[in-house]
This record gives sequence, structure tokens and C-alpha cells, in this order.
Amino acid sequence: MTNVRLLLRYNQSLLLAILLFLGLYGTYVELQPRGYDAFIANSNVNQGFGIAMVSMAQTVPVLTGGLDLSVGAVMTMVDCLASVVLNGSPLQLAWGLFVCLAAGLGCGLVNGCIVVYGRIQPIIATLATGAIFMGFALVLRPSPGGTVSGALSNVLTYELGDALPAALHARLFNYIPMEFVLLILVVVVVWLPFRRSVIGRGCYAAGSSENAAYVSGVNVSASKLSAYAMAGLLSAIGGIFLGLQTQSGEANLVQSGLLTLNSIAAVVIGGTSLVGGVGGCVGSIFGAYILTTINAMLQVTNTILWVIPASPLIQPLFEGVVVLFAVSAGAARVFWVRNRLELLR
Amino acid sequence: MDQEAEITREKRSAWLVRFGQPKIDPPVATAFACIVVVLAIGSIFSRNFLSIGYLLQQLQVASFLGVIAAGAMVVILAGHIDLSIPWTLTVGAMTATAVAANTPFGDAGGIVAAVLVGTIVGLVNGVGAAILRVPSMIFTLGVNAVLDGLVVLYTGGFAPRNAATRFMNRIAVGRSILDIPNAVFVWIGISLIVAFMLRRTPLGRYIYAIGNSEGSVYLSGVNTRLVLIGAFIISGIGNCLGGVLLAGYAGQAYQSMGDPYLLPAIAAVVLGGTDVLGGRGTYLGTVAGVLLITLLGSMLSVMQIAEAGRQIAYGAAIVVMLLAYGRSPQRRE
Repeated sequence: MTNVRLLLRYNQSLLLAILLFLGLYGTYVELQPRGYDAFIANSNVNQGFGIAMVSMAQTVPVLTGGLDLSVGAVMTMVDCLASVVLNGSPLQLAWGLFVCLAAGLGCGLVNGCIVVYGRIQPIIATLATGAIFMGFALVLRPSPGGTVSGALSNVLTYELGDALPAALHARLFNYIPMEFVLLILVVVVVWLPFRRSVIGRGCYAAGSSENAAYVSGVNVSASKLSAYAMAGLLSAIGGIFLGLQTQSGEANLVQSGLLTLNSIAAVVIGGTSLVGGVGGCVGSIFGAYILTTINAMLQVTNTILWVIPASPLIQPLFEGVVVLFAVSAGAARVFWVRNRLELLR
Repeated sequence: MDQEAEITREKRSAWLVRFGQPKIDPPVATAFACIVVVLAIGSIFSRNFLSIGYLLQQLQVASFLGVIAAGAMVVILAGHIDLSIPWTLTVGAMTATAVAANTPFGDAGGIVAAVLVGTIVGLVNGVGAAILRVPSMIFTLGVNAVLDGLVVLYTGGFAPRNAATRFMNRIAVGRSILDIPNAVFVWIGISLIVAFMLRRTPLGRYIYAIGNSEGSVYLSGVNTRLVLIGAFIISGIGNCLGGVLLAGYAGQAYQSMGDPYLLPAIAAVVLGGTDVLGGRGTYLGTVAGVLLITLLGSMLSVMQIAEAGRQIAYGAAIVVMLLAYGRSPQRRE
């Protein structure tokens, strides 16, 4: 009993995010004019997948009490890289995937080294490296274009049933979007083992009190380094899928900035504290899909909250306002903090 | 004799107390040294690089960045950061051109409108960072996105029709005295105001103090929230005035005109030796940083290195400078 209660208490904000998502998505499904089917489910999952990945990436540095303003740039850079290397025979595809992931991991490691060993503020360091990564993206793709393997894209962005050999066909599989499976795969194969490892726990410890963690013998440097490396790797996965979905590469500065901003918003909505030490990647996935669903609702209802008529022109403003409110959500504590000194570092 | 020497010494120390030690920070000295190196390298690639005409041209381009960096520096000194530079600048420029063209107030109205826009954006940023206590880089990034959305909604995604007025054009690219671009005088004027504010007014002192320890300043009875809001307003106004100059330079205000200015502005402040955590830095350093960034950009363009190379160079310059001077203290072993 106490265990359940503790579990609920520790995952309060995660549960809140899940409930919010279910509520929003339920409304969305209800409003869907042409009826809800596997096709719509698939496109919903695809729409949010990139933001979900980049939000998971953002979560890990935030947990350590830092921030990574280069996640959008890494994702864009890997998208451009994918449009160069992700093509050809299965062997070439495997090599391409490896190169993309390694590039992302490398970017993350560079960030980590600058933050940990260079002892530079993460915000300004990643702002600078983000510019460098965008520079590389522009070198790879001076103008939008290139191609990404259509075959791989077909396998990875449709339903699970399409990806499996006919012998394994079950009707259910035709309703499960492939990217949903991949999302769970990333959580189970990458995030959960990381979180349970000594280094992953060290990230939480470093975020809640770096000095206490250090004095207790936690290897703070290794944890922080791996947090940024993780961010690079997860952004790279996002970048690969951006390439697969768009079938091309584009070094889009504005889009990269928006990805970073959305990642922060999703992290906050998902219940991870910007101060560090509390939260997790699963919450951020829900945060990302909450943001995506809000935007999808705009298209379904053609209005904002059934009041303001929507047009494509109002969408960027609406997205901006939603994100601004999301990041301010944590500000409520200002109003019940007793000693204002607590708010000042 | 002895007495006289004593008096001179006293006078000197009084002068020192009043105007500060006339010494130059190592980062500022480095920035100036780098300027010389960049000039030298640039002159290898282009014989024109050191001519008076070309340097005055560079000074004019530097003025636009300088006005923006002045505001950015004030916020960074207070320990925050303003990432809403690109779209504040754009909105300021669009409002100024629209008001100047469509209302009877003309140019004066346009510039007042730009200042007003800067004040409002700064106020919103300041409220988010100082009262709601949302980390400023996140809040200002959000405000940037909202402003972007406002511009898209207002213009319908097209370039606005209003051209910059003759006056805006003249303050940005015109030359009146000794062939020196007018924009340089605007930059000097704004620099004098900001430098005076930082060194000689309570507001400036509070900004430095807050950058060092906001808690202590708050306990000393200063309304730190108001000071922070003030700092963001100064930054907002700086961005919008920079936007007006740029509109005058380009002949009109246009979408995403501010995008190329976020990184250089922050790079200029950081290269000038201002501590990114706030509390330390000299205005002279920011001036050096602006000149360095501008010359670096033009050096890269005479070396025929594309936009990609410029992004990489700015990013690398920030990282290298921070590695040299901006490292946090080592953890006590």
C-alpha cells in the first residue's frame, strides 16, 4: 500500500502529463471528422516522433541541472547527414545509420567535454556548439535536397504489419504504427537501462545537488558527460527520422530553433524540473505528444478553443503562445514560496 | 617638496577612487590583439582590407551590431540572457517603418514606436525572468517564437510593403561629418549612454551587483525585480533601435532580418570579456568584441568562406574565448 502511494507521489507530474495527454487525445479522436483509423493514428505518431526524440534528448542534460540548446541543431545536422549517407544497399544503409548515430553521439560528447572539462556554462556552450553544428549542416546541405532511402522509410514509418514478413502477419500488427514500436524500443533499450545504471542515477544526483553527489562519491563528471552524449545520440535518432519522413535534408535554422524550444517545453510539460534532479524521459514523450495534439486539434476544429477561427497564419503564433505558457507552468511556485530569498540563487 | 608629493599622490588616489584603476582587462586586451591579427590576415587576402574606405564601411556595419550588443550586454551583466533578439529586432523595425509611413507622426513617430515596442517586449521578458522566475534563456526563447508568430499573422507571411524612410536610410548609411557613417555616431551616442548608466548610475551598479549575487542585493533593500525588468527593457530598446538602423540599411524591414544577429551579438559580449554568469565585464570590452566579430565576418567573406564557415567561426570563437577566460572555478577537491 505504502509502496503504491510512494510510487504515485514520486510520479505525480508524470501521471498528470499522461492524464492531460489522454484527455486531449481523446477529444481529438472524438472530433476527428472522417473517423479514427490506423492511418490517422500512424500520422499522429509520425508527427510527434521528432519532437518526442528531441525532448527525450533535452531531458537528460536538464536532469543534471544543465540545458542543451544544441539538440535542434544536432537533429538538423543528422538530417542533412542522412540525406547524404542513408542510401543504397542494405549494407550501405546499416553503415549510414551507424554514421548518423555516431555523428550525433560525437556532437553530444563534444558538448559534454566542453561543459565538464572546459567548465563552461552549458547554456552558452551549447548555444555556441549549436551554431557550429548548424554550420556543418550547411556544409553538408547548402540547399535543401538529397535523398533518403525510400525503402527504409517505408519500413520504419508505416504500420508494424508492413515491416514484418508475411509469415508473422497478425491482424493486430496492421494497426500498430511502426514508430510507436520504435518509441517503446528506445525507452526500453536506451533510456531505462541508462536510468538504472550507476551513471544514470548519478545524473539525478548531480541535478539535485552537485556538491552532495560529489562528496558522496558519485562520479559527477562521468554522469554529466554521458548526459550530453545521450542527448546527442537521441537527437541523432530524431534527425534520422526527420530525414526518413521528409526524404531529404535541409539545414533549416528556424526549424532547428523551434525544435530546441519545443523540446524544452515538452520537458517541462512532462514533469521534469528545469532545476534538475526530478523527472524523466517518459514524461517528455507525453509532453511532446501533448504539444503535437494541441496543434492537431487546431487543424481538426479549425478554431482555437472553438472561439478564434484558425488559419495557417495564426498557427505559428498559437504554437509560440502554447510553448510560452508551457515553460511558464513551473512558475506557479513563485506565488506560494514563503521566503523570496529562496528564488534568488 | 615632500608635502607636494603627498598631495599629488592623494589627488591621484582620489582620481582612482573616482574613475577606477586605469587598467585594461586581459580579455579586453586579447580582443584588441585579435582585432590586429584579423586585420593582418584580412590584408593578406585583400589589399583593400586596410584602406580607410573599407574600414569605415566595416565600422558602419559594426554600428548595427554594436547597438544590439549594448543591450545584450546589460542583460548578461545582470546574470540573465536575452535570446529574443532576432524577432524583437524585426518587430521593432517593422513597427517603425509602418508607423513612419502610415501615420502623420513621420520619422519621429516611427522611432518612438520602435522604442515603445522594445519597452513592451523588454517588460514581458523582464516579468517572465524576474517575477515568474522562469529561466531567462527559456522564457526569452518563447517570447521570440511568439513575436515570430505575431509577425507572420500581421504580414501574412509576405514582406511588409512599407519601405524605410529617407531619414532611416540616412542615419544608417548616410555620411555627414568627415565621411564618417552616421550610424557610427548613433552607436557612439548609445554607447556613451549605456556606459554612463553602467558606471555612474545606481541602476548600473545594481545590475553589476545582481549579476554577482542577487540575494545580497535583495537583502540590501533593493527591488531587484525592477532592476532586472529595467535591464531587459534596455535590451529590448537596443534591439529595436538596431532594427531601425538595419531597416534603413536594407531599405525595408523584412521577415527574419534579425536571425543573423543573435549569435554575433552574444559572441561580441562574450569575446569582450563579459562574464556569462554576470557581474563582471566592461563596456569597452563589448566594443572590442563588436569590432572583432565584424572584422572576423568580413575577413571570412574576403577569404570567400560561405555562411556555413561563418557559423562555425562564431561558435568556435565563443568556445575558445570561454575556454580561455570564462571557466567556472574548479570544484574543491
